[in-house]
Amino acid sequence: MTLTDLALQNLISPMVLFFLVGLFAAFAKSDLSIPEPVAKLLSLYLLMSIGFRGGAEVAHHGMSAQLLGSIAAGIALSYSLPFVAYYILQRTSRLSPIDAASVAGHYGSISAVTFAAVTGALNQLMLPYEGYMVAVAAAMETPAIVAALGLARPHREAAAIDSGGNVWREVLLNGSVVTLLGAFAVGMASGSKGFATVKPFLVDLFPGFLCIFLLDMGLVAGRGLQHGRKYMTASLGIFAVFMPLAGAALAACLSMLIGLSAGGMAVLMTLAASASYIAVPAALRLALPESNPAIPLTMSLGVTFPFNLLLGIPLYISAAGMLARSPH
Amino acid sequence: MQTYPKKRIDLIIEMPLLRRITERFDKAGVTGYSVLPVIGGRGQSGAWTAGEQIGNAGQMAAIICIVDAAKVDAVLDDVFAIVRRQIGLVTVSDVAVVRAERF
Repeated sequence: MTLTDLALQNLISPMVLFFLVGLFAAFAKSDLSIPEPVAKLLSLYLLMSIGFRGGAEVAHHGMSAQLLGSIAAGIALSYSLPFVAYYILQRTSRLSPIDAASVAGHYGSISAVTFAAVTGALNQLMLPYEGYMVAVAAAMETPAIVAALGLARPHREAAAIDSGGNVWREVLLNGSVVTLLGAFAVGMASGSKGFATVKPFLVDLFPGFLCIFLLDMGLVAGRGLQHGRKYMTASLGIFAVFMPLAGAALAACLSMLIGLSAGGMAVLMTLAASASYIAVPAALRLALPESNPAIPLTMSLGVTFPFNLLLGIPLYISAAGMLARSPH
Repeated sequence: MQTYPKKRIDLIIEMPLLRRITERFDKAGVTGYSVLPVIGGRGQSGAWTAGEQIGNAGQMAAIICIVDAAKVDAVLDDVFAIVRRQIGLVTVSDVAVVRAERF
């Protein structure tokens, strides 16, 4: 399948179309809204589904030496991408060092929803990927925060660094990571029998729930972009599109070294290309309160997430198809 | 009716700080407080609503607590150490209560 075919198929998939409906509703100032508890439940469901399926697949196929290599690659990407991002931002934008470090941290970490979207796209294409990529996704949440705090440290007052306090409990035990890894462990422990039991709920309903969630994400992204557009300069807009491509390129190189399948490479590329808008903002409000939270949120949610969903994911899948070894 | 003067502390804080603030209240011996969700507002960055936020990083919470005047400085010092660089508000006002022994 060519890149154009993939892109077109992606653009007319129900998930992407519902996202566009949400974006349209936001820009048209519709009163459409998904109640917050429903959005939370959907997010929980998507993470449970992805985690459980990953665990069940690992239980079925067994652990492989690639697992450790993939997790190490994920951690390396998450830690190193903020340095790349910071370097670019310092040379191309007028952001303060603190805000540049904050944005860099967001771009090193991952978006669980983008992860859900790429797995949805791969399932639609019936392209398999390594189940343990769930664990890689969880491992990529945190190192970027460490890198961002390290980048910001020379530019902060000593008192501010002390008052950051111990945020690591919140970071390591944030709800997304616990749900993802918890479901992964449950999937591994319960194996094929457990998988058969919950398949009608956790697998068959996944595309439908993803549609509702992406409708909400379209609303949130559109409204976020409208409110935050005063922070969006041309250079930040370009960065928000360029940085995902740079992250994906680095991830592709590491994937080839590890020998991931085409599906696995597409997932790792998407993870590296995505930017956080849940875990990192919460952690940085505690650990880097001097930064302006609206800047990275507008960039990651308003530009990078739609870019990845509409164009990035088909591009990463297509590139992975060309670069990766043949699937098992 | 007999009333007694007390101090009311109102905080509007970023949601991720909530647990830390309430822990400080507990350590400072505050006998009670109420936490309320903030559904929206307008600040230096413009208008916002809770429904447009994703995750709890952009959410805000309001905390109301009433303390004896003798305690107010200690409680404020503790709380302000956490919130001084954050988005939000801290106000103190004079109030009258009818059951003084509760504060």
